[in-house]
Amino acid sequence: MSRTIFDKIWDSHRIASNAGGGDLILIDRILLHERTGGVALKSLAERGRRVLAPDQAFAVMDHIVDTRPGRTDRTLMPTGTDFIRATREGARAAGLRLFDLDDPAQGIVHVMSPELGLVLPGATLVCPDSHTCSQGALGALAWGIGSTEAEHALATSTLRLRRPPTMRVTVDGALAPGVTAKDLALALVGRFGVGSGKGHVVEYAGSAVRALDVESRLTLCNMATESAAFTAIIAPDEAVIDYLKGRRFAPSGEAWDRAVESWRALASDDDAVFDRELAFDAREVAPMVSWGTSPQQVVPIDGAVPEPGVGQGSDENGQRALAYMGLTPGTPLADLPIDAAFIGSCTNSRIGDLRRAAALLDGRKVAAGIKAICVPGSTQVKQQAEAEGLDKIFLSAGFEWRESGCSMCFYAGGESFAPQARVISSTNRNFESRQGPGTRTHLASPETVAASAIAGRIADPRKVA
Amino acid sequence: MEPFTTLSATALPLMRDNIDTDAIIPSREMRTVSKRGLADGLFAGWRYREIGGRDPDPGFVLNDPARKGARILIAGANFGCGSSREHAVWALAEYGIRAIIAPSFAPIFQANCVANGLVPAILPHDLVHALAAHVERHPAAVVTVDLPAREVKIDDGAHWAFEIDPEARASLIAGLDPIDRTLRAEDQIRAFREEHRRQQPWLYAPVEADAGR
Repeated sequence: MSRTIFDKIWDSHRIASNAGGGDLILIDRILLHERTGGVALKSLAERGRRVLAPDQAFAVMDHIVDTRPGRTDRTLMPTGTDFIRATREGARAAGLRLFDLDDPAQGIVHVMSPELGLVLPGATLVCPDSHTCSQGALGALAWGIGSTEAEHALATSTLRLRRPPTMRVTVDGALAPGVTAKDLALALVGRFGVGSGKGHVVEYAGSAVRALDVESRLTLCNMATESAAFTAIIAPDEAVIDYLKGRRFAPSGEAWDRAVESWRALASDDDAVFDRELAFDAREVAPMVSWGTSPQQVVPIDGAVPEPGVGQGSDENGQRALAYMGLTPGTPLADLPIDAAFIGSCTNSRIGDLRRAAALLDGRKVAAGIKAICVPGSTQVKQQAEAEGLDKIFLSAGFEWRESGCSMCFYAGGESFAPQARVISSTNRNFESRQGPGTRTHLASPETVAASAIAGRIADPRKVA
Repeated sequence: MEPFTTLSATALPLMRDNIDTDAIIPSREMRTVSKRGLADGLFAGWRYREIGGRDPDPGFVLNDPARKGARILIAGANFGCGSSREHAVWALAEYGIRAIIAPSFAPIFQANCVANGLVPAILPHDLVHALAAHVERHPAAVVTVDLPAREVKIDDGAHWAFEIDPEARASLIAGLDPIDRTLRAEDQIRAFREEHRRQQPWLYAPVEADAGR
C-alpha cells in the first residue's frame, strides 16, 4: 500500500496500538531547554523516575540566558538563574549530555540540533517547545510537546499518541529574487489561516520547496506551528544528505553509507494519499510583513492594513489587533516608522540569514534612534559570522552583536523593547506583548528587517539593493 | 491524577479566537521552576490594570464577583496556540479550571490539558457561541460537563454532545498516571527498541560513540 513519509516513520516507530485508537510510539531523540526542561527533569526526579535512555536525550541553555556579552548564570529575568541551575543539575543527575552556556555547541535548540547532526532523517524527535517542527526540514518526525509529555518520553522512550492526519502543501513555481522562505511561510499562514494545519502532519512538497536550501527549509517548517499543525516534514534529498555529512553526531563510515541508503528511500510514495491537499504558487509571494497580533494578519510589503474581518478572522479580533498595534485600516505597511529592529530567533538566525542581512547593511547605517539587535542562533553561527567579518558589518551599521540564545524573540530572558515600541522582527510570533509588555511586533524576513533598520521605516529589501 | 467524571460549575466566557499561551500565562509570570504558584499570573496581561501589577481590571471576566469559583472556561477557536509552555495549563488548573469548551484547540495545549486532568471539550462554533451567550446573560448558570456521556448540559435542560479523543477521555476518567501505565509495557518497549536499533543503528551508535569522547 502506498504510504507517505510520515506513515513510514510512524509505522517503523509504532510499538503497539491501543484499543482506544492511540499508538505507543518510540522516541529517538529528546531535546530539553532550561525554560521547560528543568521542570520536567525536576518533576521526574521528585517522583523517583529514571531516564530510560539518557544517551538519547540532550539539554541546552537557550531560552532565558542573557545574550549580552560577558554573560553568566545571571539573567535579566528575575529568578531566571533558578531555571538555568535546575536544568544543569537535573541534566547532570540524569546523565544527559548538556550543552551549557560556555559550550561551543550551545545555541537555540532548533538551530544547534541540526547543526550538530542530532536530527537525522527518519528519526522521531520531541522537545518541549512548539517550534520543534523546524527539524522536520531534515526529514525527521519532530514535534513540540509539553513538560509532562517530556517526562513521559524521558521515563519511557515513548509517547502515547493518536495518529495525526496528513496534509500535503505543494508549493510550485519559483520564489522571486529577494523573496525568502520566511516570506513563503508568512504567505502560507496568511492565505490559509492560523487554524489551517489543525493537528495535521504537513508535508511541504513541490518544486519551490525542493529548491530551498536546508536552512531555508528549517525556516519554512519552523512556522508550521503557527498554523496549528502537529508538525511539518520535508522528504530528505541530496541537499539534506550533503548538509549532514561530517556533522558531529551524524553517522560516519559504514554506518553513514547504510543510513544514506535508507534516507534515499524515505519519501512519500507517488500515489500516497493525504487527508488534505493544498496548493500554492510561489510566484505569488512578495516580501511579507505582518500588521496585527496573529501571524495570519500579514500582507505583502506594498500592501495596506485591511479592514477588520477581511481574511483575518472575526471583526472583533481584527479590531482588537488594530487597537493594540495602533493602526487604522488602509495604512500602507511600507514607510510605517519603526522604533526597533531584531534579527534572531529559531526562525531566522542561521548563518545564511545573517549573510543576507549583512549584504544589505554593508556600508550603510541604521537610522537614528532605532534600537537594532542581532542575535546569532548558535555559538557556532556567531563564530562562523565573525570568521567571515559579518559582525563588523552589523556593528558598524549600528546593530548590537550578541551571544546566541532566544533573546528578545519573546523576552523570556527579561529584556524587552519599550512599551508600544514598533519592532520589525525576524521572529515567528507577533502576539500581544511577545517582545515585551505592549510591544508591537511586525514579522518579516531578515532582509526586510535590515532594510527597515536602515530606513527607520518598514522598507522593501528589494528597493535597497 | 484526579479522575474526571462529571463536573457542574459556573463558567467563564472568553470568546476571543486564537488565545495564545503567552496570554494565558505571560512569560514574566513563570517565576519558579515548579508547576505551582502560577494561578495569580493566569491571564495577567488582561486581568490586571498594570503589567506585573495585581490591581484587578473590573472589565475582565475573571474579576467578575459573580463568577468566583468558576471551573469551566468557554473560549474561541484555536485556544492555547503559540508556545508549548505547559505552565498555561498548570495556571488554569491551579486557578480551578477543570474543563475548557472551545471550537478547537492547539494540539500541544490539548495534549497538555489531558496530561493534567483538564477536559478539552470541542463543540461546534455556533454552539460554543450560544453557550457563551447564555452564560454571559446568566453568570450564575451552572454548566455540566459529563465526560462519560460526552455531554455539555446547562441548567435549563439543553444539552449537546461534545467531541474528545477517546484515549484522552479514557485516561481522564481513569485518572491513571500515564508513565505508570506505559511502564507496564517496559519489556515490550525495550525489545522493540533493540529491533529498531538493529534496523537503524545510526540513530543510536554515533551518539554513544561521541558521548565517550
